[in-house]
Amino acid sequence: MKVAILGLGSVGRGVISVLARKDLGIVVTGIADSRSGVMDPAGIDLAAVLTRKAETGRCGEPDILGEDIVKNGDYDVLVEVTPTDIVTGEPALTSIRTALSRGKHVVTSNKGPLALQYTELMRLAEENGVHMRYEATVCGAIPIIQTLQHGLAGNKVHAVYGVLNGTCNYILTRMADEGLTYDQALAEAREMGYAEADPTSDVKGIDTALKLVILANTIWKNGVTLGDVDCTGIDLLTAEALTLAESQNCTIRLIGEVVPERDLLRVSPCILPKKHPLVVRDTLNAVTVVTDMAGAITQVGKGAGSVETASAVIGDLLFIRDCHVRGD
Amino acid sequence: MKIEVKDAPGQLVASLKPISEAGGNVIAVIHEWDPTLRPKTRIVHVVLDLPDDRIDGLVESLTSKGVSILRMGEERLLMKRSVIMIGHLMHTDISDTVDRIDCTGFAEVVEMHMTMPGIAQRSSALLTISATNRAHMETAMEILRSVAKQKELLLVEPMEESI
Repeated sequence: MKVAILGLGSVGRGVISVLARKDLGIVVTGIADSRSGVMDPAGIDLAAVLTRKAETGRCGEPDILGEDIVKNGDYDVLVEVTPTDIVTGEPALTSIRTALSRGKHVVTSNKGPLALQYTELMRLAEENGVHMRYEATVCGAIPIIQTLQHGLAGNKVHAVYGVLNGTCNYILTRMADEGLTYDQALAEAREMGYAEADPTSDVKGIDTALKLVILANTIWKNGVTLGDVDCTGIDLLTAEALTLAESQNCTIRLIGEVVPERDLLRVSPCILPKKHPLVVRDTLNAVTVVTDMAGAITQVGKGAGSVETASAVIGDLLFIRDCHVRGD
Repeated sequence: MKIEVKDAPGQLVASLKPISEAGGNVIAVIHEWDPTLRPKTRIVHVVLDLPDDRIDGLVESLTSKGVSILRMGEERLLMKRSVIMIGHLMHTDISDTVDRIDCTGFAEVVEMHMTMPGIAQRSSALLTISATNRAHMETAMEILRSVAKQKELLLVEPMEESI
C-alpha cells in the first residue's frame, strides 16, 4: 500500500519513524512539509528524510509542494498531519477534498477540517468509495473512534463524557496537588512542553470543543459545529476553588459532555469525586461512552505525543489496508 | 412524624392506613409507652417516605380520623448539591445571591465556605444547596446559573451522570 504524508511536525515525524522501524508493508511515495517535498513512486528512504529534516529543517526539494503531491502523486492513502486551523481548516481542507475526489483514502490527525466540514467530507468519501479516517483527532492514542464505529456497533449511544485535553488536565492536577495558582501551573506546563506558547485553544476549552464536535458527528451524524458548543475554559479557576473541592473529597476537571437526549453539548470545569474514573492525572485523557447494551465504558490513555498519536494514524492506515487495499 | 393516637384496640393500624392510602411508604414505626402521658393516648413515631405534593392530603386525612400530629417534616429537604462559585462574590452581593435560592421556598443554601485571598482579587466559595426533590434542585441550579451569568461569576457544578 502506498501512502503520501503531508506535515512533518511532531505527529508526521512520529509516523515516519514508526514506518521506518516496523515492517508494516507500507511504502511512502511522497512527503511534504510546509517548505519542501520529496516524491518517489518506488518508495522514499525514510531514515534519510528524518535526518535531512533534523539537519536542514526541510524534508526535500523546495520546488516540490504538498499540493503537487496531493494532485499528482502516486498513492493509495493520503496521511494529512499538518497543524489545525480552526477558522478555515486550510490548507488541510483543500488537500483532503482533492485526495477524496481523486478516489484516495484519507487518514488525518487534523481537527480543523472535520470540525468544520464533517458532513461534506464524509459524503465526498462515500461518493468516491473511499475511507476518511481520523482516529488521531480525538484523545491521541485512545482508539475512541474505532470503539464507537466498530466495537460498539449496534449500540445506541446515550452520552459521551471525557477529559479530552491533556494540557488542562496537567494544569488542574498541579493546582490540586501543589496548591499552585493557575498562572504558576500554566508556566510549569509550558516548561514541561505540555502547553503551547499561545495556550488559548487549550485553556479556553476550544480544543476540547473541537473534539466534542467530531465525536458528536461520528455518533449521531447531526452536523453540529463549534458554534453549537457551550464552552467554558479553566483560565478563571482559582487555587482556592480546588482546595474547596478537596474539602469535599472531590476535585475539578475540564469535562466535555455530549448528551443529545438532554440537548447538551458542553465544555466546562466540573466537580468530580476523586475516585471517579474520569479523574486521571497529569496529561492523561479519559473518555466514557454510555450505551444501551454495553452500559458505560471508560478508556484512559495518552492524549498526545509523537509516537502515541502516530499509533492512532498507523491503526487507521492498517484498517484501510486490511479492509480495502490488500491484494491491489 | 410523631403522632398521638388513642390507646384502644385497632387504633394504631387505623392511623397508619391513611399513609398507605396516600401512596406513602412506612419505613419504621416506634411505639412508646410513657406513664407521664395523659391516659388513653399513645405517642407513635412513624418514619415514612411520601412525595411532597401528597403531604397536605395525608395531614387532612389523619386529622379527620382524630389523630393529632405532634411534629413532622424534619427532613423536607432531601437533596444536597455542592457547587463552587468564583469571582467578585462580595462586590456582587453574596447575600443577594443566596437569597435568590432561599426565596424559592423549595431550595436553600445550607452551607457556605468562602476564601478571599486579597482585596480586589477574585474570591471562591463552596455553596451547599438543599432542595426538596430533583426537579426543584434543577430549578435552583438554573437560578444560580442565571445569577452567575448576570454577575459574571464562574459557576463550577458537579458532573451529573444523567443516564
